Amino acid sequence: MSIREALNAAARERILLFDGAFGTMIQRAKLAEEDFAGDLGLAASQGGNNDILALTRPDVIRDITAAYLAAGSDIVSTNTFSANRISQADYGAEHLVSEINFASARIAREAADAAANADGTARYVAGALGPTNKTLTLSPNVEDPGYREIDFDFLAEVYREQATALVEGGVDLILVETIFDTLNAKAAIFAVRQLERELGREVPIALSMTLTDLSGRNLSGHTVEAFWFAVRHARPVAVGLNCSFGAEQLRPYVQALSKIGETLLLAYPNAGLPNELGEYDEPPEETAAMLREWAHGGHANILGGCCGSTPEHIAAIAAAVRGAAPRKLPTVQPATRLTGLEPFTVPA
Amino acid sequence: MTMTDTIDRSEGETAQSPTARFVNVGERTNVTGSAKFKKLILDGDYAAAVEVARQQVENGAQIIDVNMDEGLLDSEEAMVKFLRLLAAEPDIARVPTMIDSSKWEIIEAGLKCVSGKPIVNSISLKEGEAQFLEQARKCMDYGASVVVMAFDETGQADTKARKVEISSRAYDLLTKNGFPAEDIIFDPNIFAVATGMEEHERYALDFIEAVAEIRERCPHVHCSGGLSNLSFSFRGNETVRRAMHSVFLYHAIPAGLDMAIVNAGQLDVYDTLDPQLRDACEDVILCRRPDATERLIALAESYRGKTKEDEKQAAEWRGWPVNRRLEHALVKGIDSHIVDDTEEARLEIAERKGRTIEVIEGPLMDGMNVVGDLFGSGKMFLPQVVKSARVMKKAVAHLIPYIEDEKTENSRSAGTIVMATVKGDVHDIGKNIVGVVLQCNGYEVIDLGVMTPWTKIIETAKKEGADLIGLSGLITPSLEEMVTVAEEMQRAGLDIPLLIGGATTSKVHTALRIDPAYEGPVIHVLDASRAVGVASKLVSETNKESFVEDVADDYEKVRESRAGKGGSKLLTLAEARENRFAADFEKKAPAPAKPGLHVFDDWSLADLREAIDWTPFFRAWELAGTYPAILQDEVVGESARSLFADAQAMLDTIVEEKWLTAKGVAGLWPCKAQDDDVVLEDGTFLPLLRQQVKKSRDRNNFCLSDFIDPAGDWIGGFAVGIHGIEPHLERFKADTDDYSDILLKALADRFAEAFAERLHQHVRTDLWGYAADEALSNEELIRERYTGIRPAPGYPACPDHTLKPIVFDLLDARGNAGLELTESQAMLPTAAVSGFYFAHPDSQYFGVARIGEDQLADYADRRGMDLETATRWLRPNLS
Repeated sequence: MSIREALNAAARERILLFDGAFGTMIQRAKLAEEDFAGDLGLAASQGGNNDILALTRPDVIRDITAAYLAAGSDIVSTNTFSANRISQADYGAEHLVSEINFASARIAREAADAAANADGTARYVAGALGPTNKTLTLSPNVEDPGYREIDFDFLAEVYREQATALVEGGVDLILVETIFDTLNAKAAIFAVRQLERELGREVPIALSMTLTDLSGRNLSGHTVEAFWFAVRHARPVAVGLNCSFGAEQLRPYVQALSKIGETLLLAYPNAGLPNELGEYDEPPEETAAMLREWAHGGHANILGGCCGSTPEHIAAIAAAVRGAAPRKLPTVQPATRLTGLEPFTVPA
Repeated sequence: MTMTDTIDRSEGETAQSPTARFVNVGERTNVTGSAKFKKLILDGDYAAAVEVARQQVENGAQIIDVNMDEGLLDSEEAMVKFLRLLAAEPDIARVPTMIDSSKWEIIEAGLKCVSGKPIVNSISLKEGEAQFLEQARKCMDYGASVVVMAFDETGQADTKARKVEISSRAYDLLTKNGFPAEDIIFDPNIFAVATGMEEHERYALDFIEAVAEIRERCPHVHCSGGLSNLSFSFRGNETVRRAMHSVFLYHAIPAGLDMAIVNAGQLDVYDTLDPQLRDACEDVILCRRPDATERLIALAESYRGKTKEDEKQAAEWRGWPVNRRLEHALVKGIDSHIVDDTEEARLEIAERKGRTIEVIEGPLMDGMNVVGDLFGSGKMFLPQVVKSARVMKKAVAHLIPYIEDEKTENSRSAGTIVMATVKGDVHDIGKNIVGVVLQCNGYEVIDLGVMTPWTKIIETAKKEGADLIGLSGLITPSLEEMVTVAEEMQRAGLDIPLLIGGATTSKVHTALRIDPAYEGPVIHVLDASRAVGVASKLVSETNKESFVEDVADDYEKVRESRAGKGGSKLLTLAEARENRFAADFEKKAPAPAKPGLHVFDDWSLADLREAIDWTPFFRAWELAGTYPAILQDEVVGESARSLFADAQAMLDTIVEEKWLTAKGVAGLWPCKAQDDDVVLEDGTFLPLLRQQVKKSRDRNNFCLSDFIDPAGDWIGGFAVGIHGIEPHLERFKADTDDYSDILLKALADRFAEAFAERLHQHVRTDLWGYAADEALSNEELIRERYTGIRPAPGYPACPDHTLKPIVFDLLDARGNAGLELTESQAMLPTAAVSGFYFAHPDSQYFGVARIGEDQLADYADRRGMDLETATRWLRPNLS
């Protein structure tokens, strides 16, 4: 059975659990500069370069992943949100991108396999591609709206480099997450397609959009429906929403996407909204109670957490959604689904 | 029993208009098509070039075509730069882009700049299959639909046969390689006609015929074309070119052309073309006579150099009286003088002590009526209407300050109610009546219109500090949506009363399903006459509590009595099938005289008027009684007579001025029954539901399939709609004339129903012809004293609304009758009826009523639905 078939089969049986935040857990570990830097001998300070821990403190990442698996995660992600050439350039570590991704993938793979061997339940590893800190659609320069900091080919190459290492390291699928710019995501999709051809096999994709504010659009201006029309060609194994807000605010958009996305629905909100100190302090039971509603409302197949969420959150969500009937995929009529910032359907 | 799904409609929703099936692709941002745009790009004036795109969108272009194929230009750089600039303009970037180039490198550069899902224009088999498929694969990788030119290794297709052959081959290749059929748009090449070359004579006709065949052969694709080629031989003669384009579209769209690259601001109205010129164009395009080209060329001479004469005419209309100038400006969409002319009209009226509003009611609305009629009858296209509306808006905006100054009294409101027809539903006669009644009684009514999502209802109620929320709906799926609204109100922490009304709503449903979802008061309002009483109690400090308690007690009793009652006993599905109705198929109707599809573009309104069944009309106005006796009724007689007189007066105008267009389609197909399904010869599957309630004595458990011979039979389908009501409703709305608004909607419903009746008669006596000798009076028709039935999906004999899309597909009701379906399967326009024809002499109406879990599961399986979806659609038959 292919990964796609296995995931679909498992998702027909029950709601699957994704993991929670790496950042929150790494903060808890209270690491020092030397933990990050290790003996790599890099010139720049590595404090805050969470992704590089795969090389310098693999035990920290392994423990976090193991904690999520123990809490009930069926799918764990790699700690590679910023492990791309663009983001790593800020730390002078862009030459280590392949190494970081390969190592991260190995850590997650081994932890997932260990958990699967222990209890006989299949676990999956999602190789995480973040949005990078550059956008293909917007100009950073107000005076020159036609200017772009990067172009499509460059970003596709950045993603291809990262995805190749993740797949070599053993991930089951590629998760393009926190998509604030739809065109960035299209570059990632394009890169994975290239990789598939090189490998001669399918590399399943999952896509997760993030909203900029309560207008229900991402930074590149797409509504949830417009986003879905723009990326449907990826035939993703799952599509969803993450980050942006807490479950409370995210709910209408999850519902909207759930109705139109003819694939598994993935949702992993933040643990509420940040408090005055910028910390996420929504208790696990509160997050879990809201996600329980989504599960019982038939709006989701895969649930997890983003910023502020911890293994305690995942455990609470797992308990809360146990026994809920998973969402059934909607059937959609053939139609030409085009989109600008807003969707445009021509009935076929 | 009448099988209606009739209706009314309201503001907005023009996207569902007949022309929505035709997509305008704006062509002005194309350097090969627009000299002005080319100059801007060559001069590097990209800011002005972006404005050209903006104008296209404002003029109604639904997609923007961008083409930079120009030898003097770095086309790739220009494409990238322009697309990136468009991305920064939300007003423009909201519509999809068409990336247009003859060079793949330029297309690919464009694909890398577009964040949505664009259309690639174009790829073809010109360089062989390998390159064609490679480019198609890239389109899939980037996420784009694609225009496929009818061009292969041997050249461009010029005949109908070649166009069809190449398109079919491309279709097979693409679909075999996983390319989604719905993302294919064929461009079968529009070539220049009237060139003087004999071999070019059939170009337009071949294109039109090829389009029809391609749409037939290649399911789910679209057809498009670049219009300007057609009239290439008349370069410099804009009048003739525009006339040719209008005539061409008038014929190509019904054949299946559903997209075209056009100058969205410059389409002439078919009806306003000089008849002589129009005929000459038609002769050329349809290749109707050997000397067509010569005649058009001769005629074109008289238009040549018309620029001067145009100027003269332009100057001429400026000399007309002001009212005529206003109308002219509205119909032609000219806004250059509109403010001056409006001001002139206002001063004239002010001078004779008239009110400013008369400028709107008089000349401005007259102009809009002309526009509305032309649009309603499919003779004017959306972009032109957008232009006219804009002119109107400018005029009204100019007048608003004066009108507001004239307003005087301002009374205190008795309470604020937010009213809406729920999401998925388009029916609003009842809601509007309630709104008027409440307004008359001093309530402030915030009407959110039709198809309103719960988010908007709750947001508005909160923002406006509403005292009440009122929900309306007509079709059964709206009942579920009302439950959702109630749940969301609960979640939002509201506690204001929720009023429920509309034809399918009931006290029982409200008590069982809606009331438990919301802790605030929930009240079912039986009809408009109760609305004021209910509302006043709910906003009264002294009466509210006791009233709410009474209602809550009442609903609790309903729930208790329901819980106690097991309901009537059900047979198992197998038992019910055993007890089927055994029709005598010796008596079945003969095969139809004229099988297949029959389209009626414009059924005579005068004829339909004769067939109107008036009783339901009075019921819509909540006047109880049967026509004609109701006119003499002691209680309501006077009101009924006055209403009837107003209706007749409006009908006179409707028919005389042709406000409405009745479009319909009927089809007759071979089929056979297979248990509870009817299977058409083309494989279409019509799963039906069987009565399951245990019958007394020898009554059968009916299913519509019982009327069809398993050994082979025929079934029919139909869909009719009344188009063109929108401009009139808008006029009434601007006029704040709710009476006429509701009157017209109710009449449109009657027209739709009468049309269904007349069409059925035509089917019986002519198309199917099994009752060729039938001669029935209108009264006998209304009483259904004929052989055969026409049950409609969503009504008792066939309660599943989701059969409508199947009927629609069989009939191409979208293309042939301009009808659309909402997500809840309500029809648009709202005055519409659709259903099936059964001809067996024993066929009869019945209600499926309650069904069991076994049939639900069996049906879900046959219908190809999951159980949850089937449960949702069949909810009214499950409890």
